[in-house]
Amino acid sequence: MLKEYRIALRNSGLINPESIEEFISADGYQALRKALKSEPLGIYEEIYDSGLRGRGGAGFPTGAKEKAAAVICSDCEKYVICNADEGEPGTFKDRIIMETDPHTLIEGMVIAAYSVNAHRGFVYIRGEYKLSIQRVQLAIEQAYKHGFLGKNILGSGFDFDLEIRRGAGSYLCGEELTLIESVEGKRGYPRIKPPYPAEHGLWGAPTLINNVETLANFPSIILNGAKWYRSIGTENSPGTKIFTISGDVNKPGYYEFPFGMTLKELVFDVAGGIKDGKGFGAALLGGAAGTFASKKHLDVQMGYDKLKEVGLTLGSGAIIVFDDTRNLNDTMLNILKFFKHESCGKCIPCRVGTSQLYNHLVNEINKNHFNPSNIYPELIRQADIIAKTSLCPLGQSPILPLRSLWQNILESNSAKH
Amino acid sequence: MRNYLAMEVEKILSEFPKSKDYLLEILHEIQNKNPNSYIPPEVVQKVAKHLNIKKAQVYGVIGYYSMFSDKPRGKYVIRICASPVCSMMGAENLIEYLEKKLNVKVGETTPDELFTLETSECLGNCAAAPAMMVNLDMYGNLTPGMVDNILKQYSQNK
Repeated sequence: MLKEYRIALRNSGLINPESIEEFISADGYQALRKALKSEPLGIYEEIYDSGLRGRGGAGFPTGAKEKAAAVICSDCEKYVICNADEGEPGTFKDRIIMETDPHTLIEGMVIAAYSVNAHRGFVYIRGEYKLSIQRVQLAIEQAYKHGFLGKNILGSGFDFDLEIRRGAGSYLCGEELTLIESVEGKRGYPRIKPPYPAEHGLWGAPTLINNVETLANFPSIILNGAKWYRSIGTENSPGTKIFTISGDVNKPGYYEFPFGMTLKELVFDVAGGIKDGKGFGAALLGGAAGTFASKKHLDVQMGYDKLKEVGLTLGSGAIIVFDDTRNLNDTMLNILKFFKHESCGKCIPCRVGTSQLYNHLVNEINKNHFNPSNIYPELIRQADIIAKTSLCPLGQSPILPLRSLWQNILESNSAKH
Repeated sequence: MRNYLAMEVEKILSEFPKSKDYLLEILHEIQNKNPNSYIPPEVVQKVAKHLNIKKAQVYGVIGYYSMFSDKPRGKYVIRICASPVCSMMGAENLIEYLEKKLNVKVGETTPDELFTLETSECLGNCAAAPAMMVNLDMYGNLTPGMVDNILKQYSQNK
């Protein structure tokens, strides 16, 4: 059995998440102490040098984001936001971090805030995550009492206030600018990018916004250094990743491993292989906004660039596994229904387009002799237009599962018949 | 508006800064306190006045987010996850089972105003699919038998 390597989940299951004392005795808030003794420049350069990439799905270099927010102005109002609106189907890693080790997230946030000189921050948690909300709220209160939040943190002269904001059921609010609109108390409509949040974010102020898992990596990087972090994982994808494996496997769950593991290792060695003795059919990597991998991808290394080379995405680290008896057209229909439902309607290509994709596929499937070759090339053509003309990542997403399902699986199947 | 809800609304409004960015937080609190799990028109008016925003803005937010409702719902809102993982693991059968058992369609409320049946996007409980929530309590690895027990438990707690 492969052994996990835990950084973001280092305390998960080992300490009582409701006890700050247990967190402190597990080296908790030591990284914050160290950070507050350094210059902010040293902090964001350390994060940059570590090669940490955003764990929300896009994989953008985290240090570059921090630097942008840090240098834009020195004494202006700035904010730090933790994106904890985890809604990607198949993904539940942020929930686990918040439920089992909320202080690591808070410690990461204060370090991030110090590095960009922000004095107010928000954790935007999806409204459905009751336990995450309770645990993070309790941890915030404890952190205030112990002087890790509030005025003059640990006698450093640095002030930082943190509060929770709840989402209310919108997949789109996981997108950073949409999330910012929601924190402002509005409908979750996307904004046009650029400007990016680091320039023009919450209430127009420079805003650093990071995913829960990204921030949970900060304390270990600050404590152990960028070089240590780079020694784990692969060259272009340093560190570890939490993979959430679900679907037709014997041991669904969350597992943290260095980048570079193969899909085969994760599905067969880690998650116990396919249920009921069936064969591997496909895996959807990165959730609904992800890509379908086939048998031929089992040996590809799980890292941002290696996956990209073969046309796949890592996304949030979700791996949904399908046995070889599953009807993936039904899954695709379910995914299109999801996008249709979650499209906010602000821009026409996405509002009309997601409905059309769904309607076309459902009509075709309902015909007596459904043949994927009759519909997928047209769906891909339309999804490509939607991707090129939509405002935000939602409209840009349906092309990913559609094209990969067709190219990696259905096209070769239909050629056999 | 029932009197006690009016009192609760006053109390909730006094607990938050008078700033429109707290709108979602305020709506959550009010809806959770309402036995019919919704935001009535009188409350919309009150919230809008308090935050000095238009009623349309409040309705816009209620209408946009799936957790909020401007129509009465049951005391317990059942949200079944209809996302790809839960669907493939049997959520569709469960939805049918619940529709039969409660004798309502998705989106409807039982005549005794106890349960409203809704579907939800991914609930983040994919390792324990199929999953559902009853108000804010999460349940996973569901079977019809388990659903029966869960419903019984809430029915006893009228």
